[in-house]
Amino acid sequence: MEQGHLPPSGSEPPNGRSWHEQAGWRNDFPIDWAQDHYVQRREFVKFLCLTSLGFAVGQLCLLGSSWLRQETRPDRKEIARLDQLNIGQVVSFRYPTERHPCLLVRLGPDEIVAYSQLCTHLSCPVVPQLEQQRFFCPCHHGAFDLHDGRPILGPPRRPLPRVELQVEGGVIYAVGVRASTT
Amino acid sequence: MRTYTREQKMTIIHGVLCFVSLLVILQLWLLTASMNAYLGGDRHVLWPAALVSLGLLALNGGLLSFLYRLQRS
Repeated sequence: MEQGHLPPSGSEPPNGRSWHEQAGWRNDFPIDWAQDHYVQRREFVKFLCLTSLGFAVGQLCLLGSSWLRQETRPDRKEIARLDQLNIGQVVSFRYPTERHPCLLVRLGPDEIVAYSQLCTHLSCPVVPQLEQQRFFCPCHHGAFDLHDGRPILGPPRRPLPRVELQVEGGVIYAVGVRASTT
Repeated sequence: MRTYTREQKMTIIHGVLCFVSLLVILQLWLLTASMNAYLGGDRHVLWPAALVSLGLLALNGGLLSFLYRLQRS
């Protein structure tokens, strides 16, 4: 090997043999492999740190979004008259805004429930299946219990947001929406 | 900073790489759990989760800067 082509001190060729046994091209273009491996791994750590920065920014975005959407109790809204609602009957309504479809179901003489109609998986509208005691999401075959809104089938993991009801003077009012994680 | 041999540096960088990977996975889990809580109406966990996530980011940044200093040593 010519003196001018000596590789950097301490570097080793990737096949582990001495520099004198290497092919001519490798002597002509000596690469510091150890340094190369070090830089590769350091760059990967740098990439992971950028990913970490992205996750932290996402976390801050959640916080900011939560701060911007301060909880304000929605107005009370009349939905139906109790005496006009038969057992097993379903009423569709929108609450707290026109962009939030909901379903009210009379399950028994004294049992009335109302839930958001948007599936907690990907916001497809759910349909009531009273004979199976569930709300069914046709998009991904998810299902929620009719009595408490808990997910019982398919991809949804969170229950349907429950619309809080109030019966006053024979009229059913929606007074709030309560979402939960379990 | 103390000087290390190349082999020692490679061992250190592999250790740091594993540690940073674990921290990033932890951050991902934290973000998904926070998102689930946020969509479920539980806003109380967001502040602690954000602080922990920033702490993990600072730790990752510290380890990366350690690698740059290690290279220069």
